[in-house]
Amino acid sequence: MKKTLTEAKLLLIGIPVALWTLLPIYNMFLFSISTKEEAFSGKLWPDHPTLRNFEVVFREQHHFLGYFWRQLGNSLVIAIAVGVLTLVVATTAAFAISRLKARGGRVVLNCALLTYFIPAAFLAVPMYKAMGTYGLLNNQWALILAMITIASPYAIWVLKQASDKLPLELDEAARIDGASPLQLFRLVYLPLMAPSLVAVGVYALLLAWNEYLYAFLLLSNERDVTLAVALGLFLSADDSPWELLMTTGLLYALPPAAIYYVFKRYMQSGLTAGAVKA
Amino acid sequence: MSTVVLPQVEAVRPGPKKRLSPWHVWGVALLVPYALVFVVFVVYPVGYGLWLARHPESYAQLFDDPVFAGSVVNTLVFLIVAINLKMIAALLLSGFFINTRPWIKWLSVLFILPWAVPSIPTILSIRFMLNPEWGVINQLIFKLTAADGPNWLNDRWLALSMAMIVHVWKSLPFWTMIMIAGRLAIPKELYEAAGVDGASRWQQFKFITWPSMQTLYLTSTILSMIWTLGDFNSVYLLTGGGPADLTHILATLGIRYLRLDQVDLAMATIVCAMPLVLPLVYFMMKRLSR
Repeated sequence: MKKTLTEAKLLLIGIPVALWTLLPIYNMFLFSISTKEEAFSGKLWPDHPTLRNFEVVFREQHHFLGYFWRQLGNSLVIAIAVGVLTLVVATTAAFAISRLKARGGRVVLNCALLTYFIPAAFLAVPMYKAMGTYGLLNNQWALILAMITIASPYAIWVLKQASDKLPLELDEAARIDGASPLQLFRLVYLPLMAPSLVAVGVYALLLAWNEYLYAFLLLSNERDVTLAVALGLFLSADDSPWELLMTTGLLYALPPAAIYYVFKRYMQSGLTAGAVKA
Repeated sequence: MSTVVLPQVEAVRPGPKKRLSPWHVWGVALLVPYALVFVVFVVYPVGYGLWLARHPESYAQLFDDPVFAGSVVNTLVFLIVAINLKMIAALLLSGFFINTRPWIKWLSVLFILPWAVPSIPTILSIRFMLNPEWGVINQLIFKLTAADGPNWLNDRWLALSMAMIVHVWKSLPFWTMIMIAGRLAIPKELYEAAGVDGASRWQQFKFITWPSMQTLYLTSTILSMIWTLGDFNSVYLLTGGGPADLTHILATLGIRYLRLDQVDLAMATIVCAMPLVLPLVYFMMKRLSR
């Protein structure tokens, strides 16, 4: 009896939590398989589910979707570039700070932390002006570089925490065997850090893929923007084709969700452990 | 904004010159990539921005803009209400998710989704759900009560509340995950001993869970405040600052001025947020850079 009561109480929390979490996502899915009329009718399941919206999106048959594949490609290229370059910047810095005890390492770490604590929307304004000075506005490198700036502080922090945990004897043994700093980095450090590197790389990649504000400030040419910006452009019309907007949005939201689940193990241990060191 | 705190950081003085081994050279060389990123994309922009914000007239103009005062109030309300709701919910939900049941495990997998997927499609989906005529919420209200639901995004406080709900929806999973990690770090023996002594659930929370979690809770709240100050998406994508620019927060107001080509005002807005941001940043720096 007591057991059933506990289960009932748990369900009483679980069901509202599930509804709360899934409702907006379900609404998006519902739109993507409905015609415009049915989507606007408020039904919880369409009478005639259809894949027509996906066909329209894939064939770019609407003027809002003229560059769908290109914009999807832009999102992908930018996300991968940010993931890889953030890894390069953050791994070298974390290695220098944590393993080589580089002079000035402490200062660099504090600079990184400070950057991490600047609210992103506040940095966006000066970043926009600076990109203008550098002549990078409307160039995809502007977004890539901005996202590296935003992703690398946290990446350095997480990698530094993880590499502090590697035993110091490893470095000493390598030094005694006459290894150069680069050999230590390549043959000892990188292999041992692989799980954290995966977590950080995926973190930076998802951050860039999901970014809206910086993308919409720094890029404006329809052919260069990411899918996030393209979705925002749908709102410029009064009679936005919401069913197509939601279909595109669903397609845009699927890859990061899939990537997150594939790398969940690395992400949760790597990122939550570093997020709040209390 | 970061330059204000920088001098303190640079107080670390380089030691006397030693002969440089390749280890030292490589150490410094490997710091260069990030140092470059920092100088080119943080120090210069921030310095340039502060220089743009140097005119007193910008502030006079800003304070004359009624939208500014409203945004300050909105920002404070947003911070106080949304963050407390979110952190308390995260703390309580973490107690739910540490129950070991297969279905709770599955639910926790789904629960992450709002955080893992990009903001723009989900927030736009919520925006349509709140549409007064065609949104699913008002249609349900009509079916159940035969009365028209409210025009959710057309009233300042209602729209701001919805933006706060969006914010909570989006970031609750992350903080719940943090709180779960915190709860799992508490030794089980403590609860077992308390159970033997006949402690109630509330007593267990008060004397075991809360004392072990309060540092984590406080740090999370501060960190969340910093991030929430920069939460542009929840407000901009839901209300666009409307109706009539009544739901702007400082983050969206800065961007609004930028889009109107009033960079001086945009930077002045950000400088005005600094009294809120800097103490929080100082607290976090002290906590993390030990």
